[in-house]
Formats: sequence, structure tokens, C-alpha cells
Amino acid sequence: MNKKLVSVMAGLRGSLLLLTVLMGSVVQAQQTQETLIRNATVITVTRGTLENTDVLLRNGKIAAIGKNLNASSSARVIDGTGKYVMPGIIDCHSHSMLDTINEGTLAVTSMVRTADVMNPTDVDLYRELAGGVTTLNLLHGSANPIGGLNTVVKIKYGRPASEFLFPGAMPGIKFALGENVKRSSTPNQPGVTRRYPNTRMGVEETIRDAFVRARDYKRAWDEYRAAAGKDKNLLPPRRDLQLEPLVEILEGKRYVHAHCYIASEILMLINLADEFGFKIKTFQHVLEGYKVAKEIAAHGAGASIFADSWGYKIEAYDAIPYNAAIMTRAGVVVSMNSDSDERARRLNIEAAKAMHWGDLTEEQAMRLITINPAIQLGIQERVGSIEVGKDADIAIWNGHPFSVYSRVDTTFVDGVVFFDRQQDLARRADLAKERALLEQADPNKPPVRGQSPETPRRRRPTHNDDTIEEEQP
Amino acid sequence: MSVCFVCGQTSRAQQIGSPTTQEGVLPPRGVFAIRNARIVTVSGPEIANGTVVIRDGKIEAVGASVNVPAGAQIIEGRGLSVYPGMIDAGTNMGLVEVPQGANGTVDLSEVGEFNPNAKAIIAVNPHSAHIAVTRVEGVTNTVTAPTGGLISGQAALINLLGTAPKEMAVVPQAALVINYPRVGGGGGGGFGGPQQQPANLSETLEANARQVEEIRKMLRDAEAYGRSQDAYAKDKSLPRPDRIVVLESLVPYVRGQQPVIFRAEREAEIRGAIKFAEEMKLKPVILGGNDAWKVASLLKEKSVPVILTGVLSLPVREDDAYDTLYENPAKLQQAGVLFAISTGDAGPEVRNLAQYAGMAAAYGLSKTEALKSVTLYPAQIMNVADRLGSIEVGKMANLVVTDGDLLEIRTRIRYLLIDGRSVVLSSRHTELNDAFKNRR
Repeated sequence: MNKKLVSVMAGLRGSLLLLTVLMGSVVQAQQTQETLIRNATVITVTRGTLENTDVLLRNGKIAAIGKNLNASSSARVIDGTGKYVMPGIIDCHSHSMLDTINEGTLAVTSMVRTADVMNPTDVDLYRELAGGVTTLNLLHGSANPIGGLNTVVKIKYGRPASEFLFPGAMPGIKFALGENVKRSSTPNQPGVTRRYPNTRMGVEETIRDAFVRARDYKRAWDEYRAAAGKDKNLLPPRRDLQLEPLVEILEGKRYVHAHCYIASEILMLINLADEFGFKIKTFQHVLEGYKVAKEIAAHGAGASIFADSWGYKIEAYDAIPYNAAIMTRAGVVVSMNSDSDERARRLNIEAAKAMHWGDLTEEQAMRLITINPAIQLGIQERVGSIEVGKDADIAIWNGHPFSVYSRVDTTFVDGVVFFDRQQDLARRADLAKERALLEQADPNKPPVRGQSPETPRRRRPTHNDDTIEEEQP
Repeated sequence: MSVCFVCGQTSRAQQIGSPTTQEGVLPPRGVFAIRNARIVTVSGPEIANGTVVIRDGKIEAVGASVNVPAGAQIIEGRGLSVYPGMIDAGTNMGLVEVPQGANGTVDLSEVGEFNPNAKAIIAVNPHSAHIAVTRVEGVTNTVTAPTGGLISGQAALINLLGTAPKEMAVVPQAALVINYPRVGGGGGGGFGGPQQQPANLSETLEANARQVEEIRKMLRDAEAYGRSQDAYAKDKSLPRPDRIVVLESLVPYVRGQQPVIFRAEREAEIRGAIKFAEEMKLKPVILGGNDAWKVASLLKEKSVPVILTGVLSLPVREDDAYDTLYENPAKLQQAGVLFAISTGDAGPEVRNLAQYAGMAAAYGLSKTEALKSVTLYPAQIMNVADRLGSIEVGKMANLVVTDGDLLEIRTRIRYLLIDGRSVVLSSRHTELNDAFKNRR
């Protein structure tokens, strides 16, 4: 085989995914700008559940909800009889599509951004769409008290990363407390100095120190701006990329999403935020939130939690699955998140668990994965419920989304189909054929004796908050 | 039913004896009758409205027109359903309390590659918080397995009730656990040691073959050991063979009397394990089985059952269909392979077993088969279908009374009997809930 052809085949080698993407785009191009879903059960979340109801999607928005709606002749019509329409699920704690998540070398890394490491071809995004998820809060990891900046995205799988960015979402940042920050599971290495902090005392002090510096920095800029009008020769303060996001927090322009576990550290951060005059938008995980629910509610913070994960480390040993119910009843805005590409695919079930443990109503439970996380991300005017004028980010389910026996038929983002089970099934034979073809290509033949085998493995590891990354080469 | 019977409210259960989960006191066996209930027997037809009578730990009678014996404690089942307790055949329940940050609570994995005489039943902690947390969700039994090395040790099949391992044991030495050597992997399996990237294919394959050969040699030694012991038992004039506890523990397994569980996920390992077991005349069970759907016809042909632990896992390969693992059970069922669904978890997640089975039913498996995959099928695979897995006369009274479909998330457990003992539906979690839910 000549050199050129080899390189073509080598290019093809990793291209199964590309083909999927291309076919996906073809599918999308064929979508009309208008879709009418007829006669479905519509779970609006904010306006009740409507039986035998039509939903019209037009130009990326929900154009109408009602009975016997009319659509243009070119509209795609879906028979929703026996099906359920619900808002696209919002995962308020995700690390999908991030090539790396922990800049853990410093205790304060507010200068780094998850937006810089987004990989839009991560196949787990597609698998999440297949679970009815449409929006993700991409968070930095939990290696440091003040971590990097988050990114809120719509899952527009197959499109460039820039198109994923959720317009108008509030900027945010990750904080973290507890075992991960203390690096409890990192053994002491002889000759290696441990990174500060090493205790929950040091975690508080680290955050306090950063905000003292941020307050001074803000004052320097405020004074400069006040004086600059009068004195044009005045030099501005030196920009500090670490402190700028913290100033935005002090000014209420950036949301804090704080990873935490135990009651004492939750209270610590509330007290510290109150002292500096800023708000914690969400406590993330917050496994012992139920012990201090009234303090969380009084501060006005939300809580974004697991349904029932517990016991995987010491600080998770007092976690209970009644957390959502207790905090909801205390007045906390609660959401159910995944922190896992695997779990993100079944957040509907995670929400249903709040009915099983703790007796939340169906509507309260449904809010945990729709409007509540939307509120926590500052996107509640755009998504999180089925209302006229909101973004057409919805999923059609073949049964009630809280039934374990249900699955997603179709997922729309901005009115465009990004997952459709029938299309997925129809594509499989072609993909299998292409795979067989590629396996027969020279570059993909089994290696000759003595050569290194191509062991199948994931393109990248999935991350969760406990992922401690080694230094990358 | 006017009383909500979740969240640890125990008043209802106290009507049926003085059950307790307090350590040190087992709730008594007695005579119970669950009447006017829908009875999902699993092994036979569903009884729309019937009675189950339990006496001295066993199911004494089941049917639509069964009389309630005099003096029986009555569980009013109107509007409720009775199911056999669920069985998770792929756990490490009771061997680990907190896996990270509390090594002292971890008893999973012995030092070295060959530990056939390491027995899970020795280390199971009956007072682990995981046990009550799990059983109150309807899981009454687990297979509890050690994890390390090539031959990890022996798994126990336990009731999730008891104040001592002996009281919990249904089959104390239920199966031998072998981590079938992975190409390109260490022995290990189980809990995430670093995967070595092979430097050289031939070296890798040779290393793999060496590991298989080491297991083979140990099992052959055990066969020979068994023969020499038998010969000596018949003829005491022979020189008395030394007792070797390591080999002795392998004898029932190499004789095919007890199942050998092979941890194997990928196609190559599953095929390897099947071939190895056939050669050694073992009674194999595949544990893990993410690629089992690719090997379904061979599994059927060789009658090798599978305990699937990855139903809710992400598909293994990037180009796998999104529902590859959700569909794995349905594909095995269609091929006629005997399979069970398991969480594969050390403890915390085992209570969600129903969800694992239910989601498989969203992707091709029938609801009936999904239910069997966590009741009768694991009992069959573990050779205890005479005692567990369905509601039949003579079986152990491990029963769950629910207010709905056992596999649905929103369903609640109303009553629980294990080994004919009525168990209070409280756990560390209900206790913490009770302690904090009214904090104002």
C-alpha cells in the first residue's frame, strides 16, 4: 500500500466517531425548524403536568403548549400518544468533555478555566443526551480550596466547542473543602513537602487569605477608577488573574459552587462568606447538608447533591438519602447531580429516589433535575421548565421519566434533535460495516509478533471529584 | 394502609412480634401469615389475592385459599405485594466499611496471588451499617467475595441478618473466586490497581499464559491432593499424606461440586475462562461479563451462567452503542444464557439492585425476567434454588412486602422477613434521618 493511502487509512482509523458526528449533522440538517409533538403528557415542572397536550417547537424555542395546535405544513409532527415530554435535564455537577479537571499544584487556582479544555467529541456527551440531559455545569475538580472557573454548556454534540457555551449563564467558580483539599488520600512522600492546607483549619485560612487579598485588590482598582478621571497620568494597578474572579464574587457577578461534605465545614464557609459579604450559590455534594439545613437556607445557598451515594470515604459515612427531602423542606433550592458521566445518564432515576426516601412530591422531585439546577446556574429564564418562550431543550420519554422501565426516545436542544433512538438504531448496521472495513485496513491489522498491541481503551479517563491527576507528561 | 411505613416508623412492625435489629438480639422466628396480598412467587404464577404462611423460618404454605393457622401473627397485605427477597451475587458486603481513609475497615484482598483458603465468611462484619441499609430496600441475600490476586479466596452466601457470621451464613463457602488473568493486566482484577501498559505483545501474552498455567498447576495439585487423601482414607496402611490447608480448600471446587466464579469482563477473558473451566472440569460462573453479549452463543453452548455487574456502567469502547450494557441482559436472555444482575458493589450501592434490574427492562428484558435476574436466577447460579429465590413451600422465608412493583424506584418496602424473622425497617440512615429531620 502506498504511503498516501496508508495515511488516509490511518486517518480513518479513529474516525468512527467522526462518521457518527457527520451523520448526526446530516440528521440535524434534515430537521425542520418546526416540530409539533402531539397528544403527549407534558411535565412542565412549573405549571403542572398536562395530559393529551401538544407542544410546538419553532426557531429553537417553545412556541406553544396546548390542545390541537397548528403547525406549518413543513413541520415535523411526532405522535406523542402514550409518551412523556419533560424539560431537558440539567446536571449541576459534571466533568464531561473536560480533558483535565484539577490544577492542583496551588491551593488557589482561580486563574484557570474549564472552558479552555473542552472536547466536544467526547462520546459520553452523546450517551448523556440519550438519558435526556441537555445542560451541564462543567466544574473544575476539588483538589484545592479555591479551584478554577466553571463553564455552563448545552450538549450540542457534533458541533464545535464554542457552540456549546450557554449564552447568558452566570459565570461561576469551584471551591472545595474537606478530604480532597487536604489530600487525605495522597500518601506522604519522603522529601516532598505537603501542599498547604493539610487540615480543615488551613482550608478556612486559605480562603480567608485569598479574600483579604481580593478585597485589597478591589479597593486598589476602585480607588484607581475613582481617581483616573481626574488624573490621566495615574497608573492602573497590575492585573491579577487569580484575584479578578474573586473580586467578581465580592461584587455578586460570579457564583460560587462549593464542594463540601461535613456539617462543620459547611458552617465554616457560610460564616466566612457572610463575613466578606458574598453568597455561596451552591454547596456541591453537601452530604451532611441535612444536619445544617436551616443554616444553608438562611444563607440563601442552594444544594446540589447525590441521591444516595454514601460510605465511600470517611466524610461520606454520615450521608443519608433523605438529604434532598430534609433540605427541600428547610427551604433550600436542591438539585440532584451526577459528578459522573455514568450516573449523568440516569438523573431521572436519581430524582425519583427523593420520592422513595423522604416523600418529596413528584413535582418537588422533578424540580431537582430541571428548574432548580437552572436557578443554581442563573439560566432559569431560558431552561428548566416547559413554558412558552423558553429554549426548546426537551426530551420525549416512552414512559414516565420516574419509572425505571422508561427510556428516552428523542432529545432536542434549541429545537434541534441531538439524540433520537430510532435514528441511532438505524445507524448501527452502517457503523458495524464501517468498523469491519477499518479493521481489515492495513494499519489496523493485528501487530506482528513482538510489536506492541493496540489495546482498546478509552480515549480519556472519566473524571469525578475524587480524581487526583498525576502530572501530565 | 393508612400508616406510612418507611422512614423507620416501626409501630406497624411491632404488631407482629417484638422484632429488633439491635445488635446482640435476633428477632424471633415464629408463625406469621401475610394475608390478602398479591403474591409474586417468581417460580410459578402470580397469585392475585392470597396468603403466605411462615413457620420456624420456612414458608409453610402459599396460595389463594390457604388458612391462617391459629396463633399466627398476621400481616395484613391488602393492597400490598409479596416478593422473594432479592439476591445480589456479586458483592463484597461486610468486608469493607469505608474503602478510602479507613484502611482498618477494609478486609477485601489478601497478600499474594493464591489464597484459596481465605474465606469471606471469616471476616464478614455482621454489624456493618451497610447490611441494614441494604436489607431495608429488599435485598435479603448477598454473595460476599474477596477480591485480590489470581485466586482471591472463597465467597460466602449470606442472609443480611444476624449477630454473628455463623447466623448469617446460608452457604459459608459458596464459591471459589478466581480473577481470570487479563491480557495486559496484572492478576488483580477488582479494585483499580494501575493497569500496566504492555511493552511487548509476545511478552504480554506469555505473561498471561504463565498466570493461567500457575492457576492450572495449583488446581492440579489440589486434584492430586484430594486423590491421595481419599486413598489414605480407604487404606490406612498407606503413608499418611500431609494436610495442606491451601489445597484442601480447593478440593470441592476441582471436583466440580461447587461453583468457581471467574471475574472476567472482556471477550478474551470470558472465552479463556470458559475454556479453562472445561479443561479442568470445573463448574464455572462468569462474574462481571461486560462483553458477555459477544460470547452469548458459547456461554449457552457450554451452559456457563453469568453474573452481570456492569449493567449501569458506561459502555467499554468508544464506538459501542450507548445502550450496549443496558442491553447485555436482554441479549443473554435471548440467547438462553442463565444470568443474574448484580451491582458488583462493595456495599453502599447494593441497595440499588432493583434499579439495575429495572433499567435492563427498559432496554429489552421483560419485567418478569428482570425480576428473576435478582431472585431465582442468582439462587440457581449459586446452587441454592432449593432454599432461596422464589416463594415456594419449604423455602427459607426471605420475603419482602411492598406497596408496588419491587423494581420501581418509588415503591416502598412495608415488611421484611429474613430467615422467617420479622425485621424492623430501620438502619443507620433512618436513624440519622430521625435525628435531624425535625431540627429547626
